[in-house]
Amino acid sequence: MGLRDLTAIEQIAELNAGRVSSLELVDAHLEAIARDDVQAFLATDAEGARARAREIDAMPERPPLAGVPLGVKDALSTRDIVTTSGSKMLEGFRPVYTATCVARLEAAGAVVVGKTNMDEFAMGSSTENSAYKNTLNPWDHARVPGGSSGGSAASVSAREVPWSLGSDTGGSIRQPAALCGIVGMKPTYGAISRYGLIAFASSLDQVGPFARTVADAALLLKHMVGQDPMDSTSLEWPVDIEVPTATDLAGLRIGVIEELMGEGIDPGVKAAVDASLAKAEALGATIVPVSLPTALSGLATYYVLAPAECSANLARFDGIRYGPTVEADNLLDQYELTRGTLFGPEVKRRIMLGTFALASGYYDQYYGRAQRVRTLIVREFAKAFEGVDLLASPTSPTVAFPIGDRTADPYSMYLADVCTIPASLAGLPALSIPCGLSDGLPVGLQLAGPAFSENRLMSAAHALEQAIGFNTRPPGLD
Amino acid sequence: MIDDATVRHVARLARLRLDDAEEAVMREELSGILQHIDAIRAMDLDGVEPTTHVIEVENVLRPDEPRPSLPRDEALREANDVVDGSFGVPRMD
Repeated sequence: MGLRDLTAIEQIAELNAGRVSSLELVDAHLEAIARDDVQAFLATDAEGARARAREIDAMPERPPLAGVPLGVKDALSTRDIVTTSGSKMLEGFRPVYTATCVARLEAAGAVVVGKTNMDEFAMGSSTENSAYKNTLNPWDHARVPGGSSGGSAASVSAREVPWSLGSDTGGSIRQPAALCGIVGMKPTYGAISRYGLIAFASSLDQVGPFARTVADAALLLKHMVGQDPMDSTSLEWPVDIEVPTATDLAGLRIGVIEELMGEGIDPGVKAAVDASLAKAEALGATIVPVSLPTALSGLATYYVLAPAECSANLARFDGIRYGPTVEADNLLDQYELTRGTLFGPEVKRRIMLGTFALASGYYDQYYGRAQRVRTLIVREFAKAFEGVDLLASPTSPTVAFPIGDRTADPYSMYLADVCTIPASLAGLPALSIPCGLSDGLPVGLQLAGPAFSENRLMSAAHALEQAIGFNTRPPGLD
Repeated sequence: MIDDATVRHVARLARLRLDDAEEAVMREELSGILQHIDAIRAMDLDGVEPTTHVIEVENVLRPDEPRPSLPRDEALREANDVVDGSFGVPRMD
């Protein structure tokens, strides 16, 4: 046990007590990142991080986050620090501004140490679609960390940082959190500014925290929420985010989504989720089955909407204003060659799928219908929340799968998001907490609540986390 | 379900140059994925309105006052080709 085993909140306490400096903390983590046993980082900013740590150490009073190191998904722009979104299309790209959420955390005293690996443009569920390298699951290096924010999840699990940022479009925070045995949270759509987040599917994309405890995740969230003039979809946040302290679940009604507890869910996953629900009951919660009949159609709906939106968002990557270019004699050839050469297979697949779904003659059959199925899913959640406070399900239908297991069949990879997509389509806050092991690998419990219910959601997750007592330290970690 | 001509048409719309082998793989993979997606084409959606935005928001306006923007040299610093303070591109046919 060393400095790196402390939670972020414990690190802040040590800093404020003067028992450790930010520079010492940053150095301890940078040393682990230099080895990077799980290949979580694409870039580090050791010099910048150490300079910032020294600045914070010299302040008469420490800012709220006190100089604790932070990992940032490479989909978030960081001024002058190479930002690739996991793609060759942005190899060497140095943004001219920093994403609002990162800037807010820096202003609050977080020290960005580096950029974490991800599926290219956040498209994937295993981080194997990174154009640069595979990230390894800290619990078993032969397995994937999940995705798309796999580097952010693995880095927190492996104690290379105490917390990190990810982005979640259909599960890209919650699913890797589940597979790496940590906490991952996607807030209400609009909670956090997306200015500086490289867009994938704009009606779904949200930034959110990874941490080893719910309290740490809440603290990070607290310093990111709120309206930003640079993102017109960002919302004025109604109440302060509280760092949770609840010890019981008295009076809380939790609905278990029946459709996500049956076929396709690994028995070991179901057993761990059932056991954690029994613990919730022991803490005073009422557990009732709830049906979301359209939940399982979420996957097909998502794989129309997200590709359609990505096909438009990724039109900006033309090799003219930033990133590498494949040169040609005329502009159209240059566009086609640059995009055909520098996008990876999954990104091309999704751009093709989305362009097809939006094309004349197909729009009504695919995109139009998907938007209407989305309405049904939104309604079913609203109806469910008339009877319960929170909804529970597994986060992922399986534990971490072996590297290479699903790369040959795109749809088998898409199935990894079946449990996380419904809340994304409805714009609801949802989180994953580790709830046990199956075959020695972590299982995630997903809890979702109505829009703006973050405080209640994290309060319940915190109480349950204490009761579960999951040890987030992967075996064999040095 | 998707033929070669459709793949080529969509690739052109998306400004993606695919070689012959990629086209063939794309045809198979897209057809496979669409078979799963077709489930939503069989659903009864009569009278169901589409959702475009899940959280109700109002238009956000700011006062129409000039503000400093990104300096030109910064905006151009990542460009492949800069001509007279602008992004350079090859000729259009």
